[in-house]
Amino acid sequence: MKFVDEFRDPEKARSLLGEINKLVARIDICRHRPLALMEVCGGHTHAIFKFGIENMLPDTIELVHGPGCPVCVLPMGRVDDCVALAETPGVIFATFGDAMRVPGSKKSLLHAKGDGADVRMVYSPLDALKLARKHPGREVVFFGLGFETTMPSTALTILQAEREGIKNFSLFCNHITIIPTIKALLDSPEMELDGFLGPGHVSMVIGTRPYRFISEHYKRPMVIAGFEPLDVLQSTWMVLKQIAEGRCEIENQYNRVVPERGNPAALSAVSRVFELREFFEWRGLGSIDHSGVRLRKAFVQYDAEKKFSVPALRIADPKSCQCGEVLKGVIKPWECKVFGKACTPETPLGALMVSSEGACAAYHQYGAINRQRQQDDAA
Amino acid sequence: MTLLFNSTKAFATGRRRGTISVPTITLAHGGGGSAMRNLIDDVFVTAFDNPSLDLLEDQARFALADLARLGDRLAFTTDSYVVDPLFFPGGDIGKLAVCGTINDLAVGGAVPLYLTCSVIIEEGLKVDTLRTVAKSMAAAAADAGVQIVTGDTKVVQKGTCDKLFLNTAGVGIIREGLDLGACRCGPGDAVLVNGLLGDHGAAILAARGDMELATAIESDCAALHGLVGYLLKAAPGTRFIRDATRGGLATVLNEAARASNVGIKIMEAATPMREEVKAFCEILGLDPLYLANEGKIICVVPDNEEHAALEAMRAHPLGGQAAVIGRVTDDYPGRVVMDTVLGGQRIVDMLVGDQLPRIC
Repeated sequence: MKFVDEFRDPEKARSLLGEINKLVARIDICRHRPLALMEVCGGHTHAIFKFGIENMLPDTIELVHGPGCPVCVLPMGRVDDCVALAETPGVIFATFGDAMRVPGSKKSLLHAKGDGADVRMVYSPLDALKLARKHPGREVVFFGLGFETTMPSTALTILQAEREGIKNFSLFCNHITIIPTIKALLDSPEMELDGFLGPGHVSMVIGTRPYRFISEHYKRPMVIAGFEPLDVLQSTWMVLKQIAEGRCEIENQYNRVVPERGNPAALSAVSRVFELREFFEWRGLGSIDHSGVRLRKAFVQYDAEKKFSVPALRIADPKSCQCGEVLKGVIKPWECKVFGKACTPETPLGALMVSSEGACAAYHQYGAINRQRQQDDAA
Repeated sequence: MTLLFNSTKAFATGRRRGTISVPTITLAHGGGGSAMRNLIDDVFVTAFDNPSLDLLEDQARFALADLARLGDRLAFTTDSYVVDPLFFPGGDIGKLAVCGTINDLAVGGAVPLYLTCSVIIEEGLKVDTLRTVAKSMAAAAADAGVQIVTGDTKVVQKGTCDKLFLNTAGVGIIREGLDLGACRCGPGDAVLVNGLLGDHGAAILAARGDMELATAIESDCAALHGLVGYLLKAAPGTRFIRDATRGGLATVLNEAARASNVGIKIMEAATPMREEVKAFCEILGLDPLYLANEGKIICVVPDNEEHAALEAMRAHPLGGQAAVIGRVTDDYPGRVVMDTVLGGQRIVDMLVGDQLPRIC
């Protein structure tokens, strides 16, 4: 497949791995402990497992799977709100497929659908707007979630609804923003990260500049990475090179997609429609200041939280769940008490076990080889 | 069992067949009266025309002695078809219902002989749509050399089923000495597939139109008993054959690995797949290993019959792109492992439910 196979070439992968091994030999820290590199984005986590990259890297590199899967960090209370909205008489609840199986405190959207709620899977917010046009007698609520990657398409859909004067469409906004989250991770005393693979698609929208605080204030290197396996390997090599040379910079490996200034048209739509919330609750990570957005006052007629009554309760994660520690990389997924026992892809307790970008689901589906190897080594 | 052997059957030759004069099916056509007789006569009896149907009984009847000449065991299977849309590139629900059930018999080594045809129709369906489906079933059955010998018709209220659901049951005969099974795979055996994977799943998803992706991918829907015959003749020691329908290649391999308590190792680079299907999956975030097929078998043969099996499949029109994709191993019992194109390794597990596209 053109434009894809080029980024999956096994010869080039081997030569990059050779270079990575040479660099690791030059880095002092690796003599005492493994280097902890966090891939922030769930898309990277998925690629790492799908192509078996983790077990190709030397043991002295430990990949920490970050919080960049928007489905995985959705707290239980927000899922309960979704279910309440979906079960409101007259509502068509439109959602991306990934969110269907995320457990709420009582049920998931999939269960709500089974119980009779009109939940429709869509691939774009514009599809949800189409539903509103098609069913003028119903209220269509779109479940907006995702980082800056999906925010512009939601913003443009709201602007389109306004232009057309569509009144039976609203947004349950769960969009979140990446920068405060990375900052919260860096401030967390449990975290010991040596560098980052930066999110590629978020950066396509926001550009490379907003990350400067990571290198300037926290003295950590970051390389914004593409999602093909050679992208991931090359970005890993670039982070290691910075560490080996004692540099801390924000570099852009994914420059075929990510411009330094991002996408001005997308950014302008986002800032026209959304404003920062004072705080937003994350599953496992707790409340993070300014990490979520909501609709501006001018668009209040499209805000499902204002249009309908939602419970808006904070529901604590199940006690046995260690999603937060997994998200912060403090423990590996299989070290969680309930991994593969009470929490499986069939009966997920935490969202990390649901999405294909969640670290637990990825380990459960793809990762057993590596786990077996590490357990053998430990024994 | 009531599904197979209750209610209305076809009518005898010599009698003037009824015809249906309205364009749309209503609840009256499922009521057991003359409207239903006319529908069955006009649509099904005309299309499936064969002596067994004309016996006018509530069941088709076969002489045991005739069956016993073909082998020593009866194979019996059933499958329901609810595909949406009813018509898609490369096939339709009727062709699928005939080929799918034939394949379920064929992968057990059975020679397929007779099928049933049970239909559940949503009121409001156009008679012409049903006629087209029945003709397609008749054509597929004639191509495959099987007969549709009994059936049932139900009409349900609007909204209680989606347009048209079909069920076909099938019987076939397994010859003496042949014993295929998922539990018979052993270390060293070769794993083969008869061609390009994922066409059916991709064609159906594209035909549904939700994605607004234009593709030229057609369903691979085909009856595979001829191909299986070639294979079993060339590789009589074949351990296991399964058609890779829902859940795709990955699911079949996992079932074999678990049933035989062995590991199965496949090579991503050797897995035959159309470029369009790969691209389709990339765009939608799907894994082609789990895409449904309707004309593909996965077979496990002993090491010394690998070459003969491959050559036999390639000599058949439905196996031109057959390939050896992996091997049964002692490692990782109960697991399927894949060498990725990149040179890494990963587990290929069973899916929990449907594949859901990723959002970012």
